[in-house]
Amino acid sequence: MQLEAIDIGFGYKKNSWIFRHVHMSVSRGEIVGLVGPSGAGKTTLGKILSGYEKPSEGLVRLNGSPLPSKGYHPVQLVFQHPEKAVNPKWRMKEILHEGWNPDDELLERLGIEKDWLRRWPNELSGGELQRFCVARALGPSTQFLIADEMTTMLDSITQAQIWQVVLDMAQKRNMGILVISHEAHLLNRICSRIIDISQV
Amino acid sequence: MISINKRQKTVVISTITTVILLAILVIGLLISNDRIVTNLDSRNLPPSLSHPFGTDWLGRDMLIRTLKGMSMSIGVGLIAAASSVMIAVSLGIMAATLGRVVDGIISWLVDLFLSVPHLVMLILISFVLGGGMKGVVIGLALTHWPSLTRVIRAEVMQLQCAEYVQTSRRLGKSQWFIAVKHTLPHLVPQFLVGLFLLFPHAILHEAAITFLGMGLSPHQPAIGIILSESMRYLSTGMWWLALFPGLCLLLVVRAFDLLGEVLRSFVDPYRANE
Ligand SMILES: Nc1ncnc2c1ncn2[C@@H]1O[C@H](COP(=O)(O)OP(=O)(O)OP(=O)(O)O)[C@@H](O)[C@H]1O
Ligand SMILES: [Mg+2]
Repeated sequence: MQLEAIDIGFGYKKNSWIFRHVHMSVSRGEIVGLVGPSGAGKTTLGKILSGYEKPSEGLVRLNGSPLPSKGYHPVQLVFQHPEKAVNPKWRMKEILHEGWNPDDELLERLGIEKDWLRRWPNELSGGELQRFCVARALGPSTQFLIADEMTTMLDSITQAQIWQVVLDMAQKRNMGILVISHEAHLLNRICSRIIDISQV
Repeated sequence: MISINKRQKTVVISTITTVILLAILVIGLLISNDRIVTNLDSRNLPPSLSHPFGTDWLGRDMLIRTLKGMSMSIGVGLIAAASSVMIAVSLGIMAATLGRVVDGIISWLVDLFLSVPHLVMLILISFVLGGGMKGVVIGLALTHWPSLTRVIRAEVMQLQCAEYVQTSRRLGKSQWFIAVKHTLPHLVPQFLVGLFLLFPHAILHEAAITFLGMGLSPHQPAIGIILSESMRYLSTGMWWLALFPGLCLLLVVRAFDLLGEVLRSFVDPYRANE
């Protein structure tokens, strides 16, 4: 039961590789950190693992088979910038319920106020929006979560609050998480191991 | 402050032009055909108080004929422009979402239709369909979609790359759901602006081919018919026959143009929800 990247290479243009020969894996129930200098391709690797981009070479396997191309994707990605990850013409309620219907308890623990559901995305702060994106990605069929700088824009208290919820859920559902971050103390606190993208 | 004033101006301009256009349309529809009776006692009268636009060689009141003709043209233009916009939206979305082959075919069609002058294409289609109202409307609808299709295709392609659209797919949503819930609402501005910018084209082309005798039938009180008939009497010094209907046509076309421009600046996607 794991998410594997096998000899992955990727370039946005032909013959200009961002990385090649990347091997890595995350098992279910495991929390793994991914670090590397800016521009090294961490976000890109996250997109490949969650099916947003196809690798130029190599393959991604989930529990031994290729990633599904249809239906709810078992590997969900939470983007760095929540403003771009929500449709500006939808109300927050619609955005939240696009994939599944999170229960009130989860919303409360994430600090999502009832009153926010009626608002438009441009009426919420980045940190408030990101909580919706986190809730949206935690559907019952999510087996792996890729958190790309998920809490970078939040203050440390909120950051801790959100990670507490996500880690609890991961444990309950036996979910694997890949944490992409530049924050060493966060990674040290929650990850069981840390991968450096420039050394794989 | 400036933007508020601009917005108010926009609202005022669009309200006034809409009211004028609706008034013409409604008055034209309300006037029964009996009002355009031949009245041989009052033939060839120049403009006066009782006949502001004068009368023609059969003594018919030109103001009433013009109103009737304009409302017909507005109707034809609206139906044609609306159909064109529908075609453009469907083809634009299809080109952007259904893969390379479909995109290639649609782009080829767009280039084909753009390479032939509108009027020629319109005359051909209208001729093949046997002319008349049906021929003109279908001809207009089939000739005015290409440039809007291009705009919409580009817009949809950009939207397909948006993170929230890609996320929607990973949340298990179908292409159809994405087209209806994510894409279409973003196209509403293009839809409206396209409608209002296509309308003047449609109405002028309708008048043009009717004028050339290949459009609406001479029995219909269309503005093109009025203009082409009046041409024959122009040399006898009856200038009012062509002048007032012609001016009205220009006025209506200009009004729609203005409305389209105003809408375009009004519909700013980033302010749509404020
Ligand atoms: N859509 C794109 N088209 C072309 N090049 C891109 C695209 N997205 C990213 N790149 C390039 O790919 C490289 C890797 O980008 P990526 O976003 O994966 O880096 P990152 O490791 O996440 O950096 P950061 O830590 O700053 O978030 C960068 O050099 C970037 O310029
Ligand atoms: Mg990144």
